[in-house]
Amino acid sequence: MDLTTLTYIAVGLSFALYIGIAIWAKASTTGEFYVAGSGVNPVVNGMATAADWMSAASFISMAGLIAFLGYGGSVYLMGWTGGYCLLAMLLAPYLRKYGKFTVPEFIGDRFYSKTARIVAVVCLIFISFTYVAGQMRGVGIVFSRFLEVDILTGLIIGMGIVFVYAVLGGMKGVTYTQVAQYCVLIVAYTVPAIFIAFQLTGNPLPQLAFGSTVTGSGDYMLDRLNQVVTELGFLEYTTTSKSTIDIFAITLALMVGTAGLPHVIVRFFTVPKVRDARSSAGWALVFIAILYTTAPAVGAMARLNLTQTVQTGPVGSPDGNLVFEQRPDWMKRWESTGLLAFEDKNGDGKIQYYNDANAEFAAKAEQYGWKGNELKVDNDIMVLANPEIAQLPNWVIALVAAGGIAAALSTAAGLLLVISASISHDLLKSTFTPDMTEKQELMTGRIAAAVAIGIAGYLGYNPPGFVAQVVAFAFGLAAASLFPVIIMGIFSKKVNREGAIAGMLTGLVFTMGYIIAYKGVFITPILANTADNWLFGISPEGIGSIGMVLNFAVAFIVSKITAAPPQHIQDMVEQIRIPKGAGAAVDH
Amino acid sequence: MEDKSGAEYWRRNVKLVLTLLVIWFVVSYGCGILFVDALNTISIAGFQLGFWFAQQGSIYVFVALIFVYVRQMNKLDREFNVQEDE
Repeated sequence: MDLTTLTYIAVGLSFALYIGIAIWAKASTTGEFYVAGSGVNPVVNGMATAADWMSAASFISMAGLIAFLGYGGSVYLMGWTGGYCLLAMLLAPYLRKYGKFTVPEFIGDRFYSKTARIVAVVCLIFISFTYVAGQMRGVGIVFSRFLEVDILTGLIIGMGIVFVYAVLGGMKGVTYTQVAQYCVLIVAYTVPAIFIAFQLTGNPLPQLAFGSTVTGSGDYMLDRLNQVVTELGFLEYTTTSKSTIDIFAITLALMVGTAGLPHVIVRFFTVPKVRDARSSAGWALVFIAILYTTAPAVGAMARLNLTQTVQTGPVGSPDGNLVFEQRPDWMKRWESTGLLAFEDKNGDGKIQYYNDANAEFAAKAEQYGWKGNELKVDNDIMVLANPEIAQLPNWVIALVAAGGIAAALSTAAGLLLVISASISHDLLKSTFTPDMTEKQELMTGRIAAAVAIGIAGYLGYNPPGFVAQVVAFAFGLAAASLFPVIIMGIFSKKVNREGAIAGMLTGLVFTMGYIIAYKGVFITPILANTADNWLFGISPEGIGSIGMVLNFAVAFIVSKITAAPPQHIQDMVEQIRIPKGAGAAVDH
Repeated sequence: MEDKSGAEYWRRNVKLVLTLLVIWFVVSYGCGILFVDALNTISIAGFQLGFWFAQQGSIYVFVALIFVYVRQMNKLDREFNVQEDE
């Protein structure tokens, strides 16, 4: 069977599965719509959290990023997993004990302030839409490449599927759909990795193959990789050019940001008990770690494969480079998407791939008659094209397409739900129309989800130029605003309303200001985005960690000089700290 | 088992979390970032050690830490009789 037919079958079957689950798990109360009735088994919830968290970026882009960054890619690996320790130990059990529907609701209650709740809603909506636009874009790309439909059609199909299970099933539908999506995406991710690991090293376990010797030689794979890339003027794979402080700050911002992302936090409201919230975070990380420990292996193997495909012989020898006319089929196919491009600068009909930004090597390259790097490779190709590069059977490629779509849709659905819950529960029900019945609230929740899907689809089709840049925003804001305020709400009885609001606003304004100044989101950058200009040498990607520190500091100082929280709030904090008597998540 | 003071329960809880977070910090920020160059001089089975901690080791340790936390907290809950009814 040809690839397109197989892909249609794989994607079609997975969609049928998601819709079937949505019909089976239809939500009929607000409790089911917002938190799946708080009856989800912790292992199942962990799996759903993993799918929720692992987005199109984790599935499609991360291994590619690592492939080109080498050690520098570690910030994503550690940053996006380490946050789960913070979630498990500092947030999840207490928020579960508190037992409400949304993150802003907790912030509003703990700091006895509608203003705090609304600031939290604004952060949440901004973070979530930023993210969702990227997911929808991912859906469009996967559809257009694998199903050969245009991006708009792909988007509309994706939106339709999310609409069915998010609007109909709410959190309950999304939870069980995400479990199915996790299974699809993890199989799709690991199967090609296992094949490639086996081909390259004879060891089928990617996590170990990565440190094994290359088949037919005594060289360790990473040593070989270091040698191959440095010969072409690139930085050694296992080191980085970034400063230690910047790596530190980015990792911290990603960890804390992960722990502060509303669509991740809310997943811990859906388990029955406090102890389940703790273990569920552990299970989530287990399921995430399966992909996150495979990704660096995929990155390294892909980089080695790509480099050796192009550089067929010794560097600088006349026949050492791939002849353009003899390039493999997968290159031809990806050229049509524009994600891979070749330009024969020196007109020799061969492809030269090297680091022409390295002055020393560029001089050497000139002696070989090379006139600049001729191959442009987009990060995103690495995972999607990997099965083709390794010449795996067509059904594996079809599976990867289904996996990529599953990763994007599961995250989009989780985000759309927190947006709709915040609008119907935090804004409408609590602020504007408090006398709404449960049935009406459920209906507004569904309408809000539907509208959010429409906006997300639009953002996916017309991505504002800043989508890639605002990812730093999403994490920075979560790290600098939501995370500290929740932590202080649990671990301090002294931090009060004034402190929390002042802290959140400080973190928010500082982090946003810094990113806008250097990245020029909405405006042209005020300052050049280079290491010399950065505060303490910290890039905009890592500045959320400074924003977080400022948030804590301001909140404590302001709380010291204003009135302590009322007694009933202090009692509430004591109650949150003890697991006993959690019960179901309840509305006021 | 009797009810002991909530303050003591909370103190032990915080102490456990702090201990685990120190390990969390050491394997990720310590081994993976601050001392990566020193550890990279050591190679084990094809991995430079600092690189391994940054890309694999820290993730394994994170998983282990959460499950240690879960186990210890469940024990602590029972000791102070604040566990939820089964």
